Amino acid sequence: MSPTLILIRKEIRDSLRNRWVLAVTLLLAMLALSLGFLGSAPTGSVKVDPLTVTVVSLSSLSIFLVPLIAMLLSYDAIVGEIDRGTMALLLSYPVSRHQVMAGKFLGHLATLSLATFLGYGVAGVALQAAHGEFDPAAWGPFGLLIAASILLGASFLALGYLISALVQERATAAGLAIGVWLFLVVIQDMVLLGILVADQGRLITDAALNVILLFNPADVYRLLNLTGHENIAMYAGMAGLSGQVTLSAMTLLLVQLLWIALPLALASWVFNRRAL
Amino acid sequence: MTVTGSPIELRAVTKRYGALNAVDQVSLHLDPGECVILAGHNGAGKSTLIKLILGLIRPESGTVRVLGETPGTPAAARSRRHIGYLPETVALYPSQTGVETLAFYARLKGLSPAGNPALLSRVGIADAARRRVGGYSKGMRQRLALAQALLGQPRILLLDEPTSGLDPASRLLFYEIVRELRDQGVAILLSTHALAELEGLADRAIILRKGQKIADGNLSQLRHQADLPVRIRITLEAPPAQPLPEWRQIAAQRFERHCSERDKLASLRAAHDIPGICDLELDHPGLDEMYAQFLHREDA
Repeated sequence: MSPTLILIRKEIRDSLRNRWVLAVTLLLAMLALSLGFLGSAPTGSVKVDPLTVTVVSLSSLSIFLVPLIAMLLSYDAIVGEIDRGTMALLLSYPVSRHQVMAGKFLGHLATLSLATFLGYGVAGVALQAAHGEFDPAAWGPFGLLIAASILLGASFLALGYLISALVQERATAAGLAIGVWLFLVVIQDMVLLGILVADQGRLITDAALNVILLFNPADVYRLLNLTGHENIAMYAGMAGLSGQVTLSAMTLLLVQLLWIALPLALASWVFNRRAL
Repeated sequence: MTVTGSPIELRAVTKRYGALNAVDQVSLHLDPGECVILAGHNGAGKSTLIKLILGLIRPESGTVRVLGETPGTPAAARSRRHIGYLPETVALYPSQTGVETLAFYARLKGLSPAGNPALLSRVGIADAARRRVGGYSKGMRQRLALAQALLGQPRILLLDEPTSGLDPASRLLFYEIVRELRDQGVAILLSTHALAELEGLADRAIILRKGQKIADGNLSQLRHQADLPVRIRITLEAPPAQPLPEWRQIAAQRFERHCSERDKLASLRAAHDIPGICDLELDHPGLDEMYAQFLHREDA
């Protein structure tokens, strides 16, 4: 077995054992269920599948929660092992630092994917069961939401690894991780919104806005969800915005993948040069 | 893969941390089947030297060759399967059991975990092997860490302060295993403060001070270099008839004298000629005393 696979296995087993997977799965499932049942109340007369509405509210929730979980998983991954001394021992084995990075990242990604898939999946099945009808069409966007959430999580995992490879102390990594999360998920959007309102479209054109949004993985995720399905955009009350978004889903997907690959490559480079 | 070079070869290696020379122009060489002690105060550069050999850090100047490879290169990464390392602070994953820990490390070396139970009983923790490492005592953790260092019959063993804080039983077991491996031809580099305990084990000692090597040699070479007095004590059958000018009386019939390593044989012959001598004790300075002498001399 390659060292990378051995490390992936160990990471997954660790997160199953320390109840990470269980806790995150339960958290996501409960939130998805409560949003699903609460959110479907007003749609009773409109005859919309509860799952479709849930996708809208879930994407708004995931944008906060999934990056936060990813950061919590990853900020400690490198600096924590160095701090505890397990990294020095690990690197005395025939394992390269790239393999350590890849193994740990993929292990954490598997953890996050499993929890997201299970949590949202269980909630989706429960919602449809509660409404007594099974509409396969609604599962498309729901599946996309899960996939997009995993990609969003992956990009924040990669950012967390970059932080973890850069800093010298675990506390610094924790602070920085929360800071980056807060900035990308909350602050940047608010600032952008303020600027847009003040600007009234004079300087920042639609095209410029599109580009600006690409510089934030959370915004890419938002666009990916909104443009992925026209129903979703309509229910989200964002049909107007998504009309202005001229980026194709393919472009968005590519950018999101870049948001995973670039921080991870940078983290790997930094870690490779780091003295232990 | 055949390895031609000597297990460990350092030439004029310097490693700096800021303005501090953690390791300063150190050269050293280890042969197969040689057990070398690395001694020095905290911060003398012992751990830095071991990290350089492992490739965890790179030197500013000088060359390091381990099994013929430069640490930090992909080829060296592969040859690391022949290295066993016991870190100074034993850090294992607390949520894994002893069995899982050893299986994880065995797989990383490309070994089947089939030989692990034997190894676990060899270090005496077979009973606790199914418990989580988080609940282990320090001695048990150290034993498990030793077991991982022994995986896959290493050609080089790097042991960073392996016996600090161990109970006597663990210590004895530890020395026994090290001796066995040395006899099998493993090159062992052992950093420690507890020099005296290792006298019978070490083929050679290297003393570091502020990153510099201040002494290197086998025990008798070091003894000559240190030039510490040898103590001779004699016991006589009856109080001596005439005074013994070179001897100091410590009891009615017991006398003592100190001499240098060079004059040792002459003094022994002289003692032999004293009439009525019935016992003779020869006391060589221990490693600890030599070590103190070397450090003291550098300070002066």
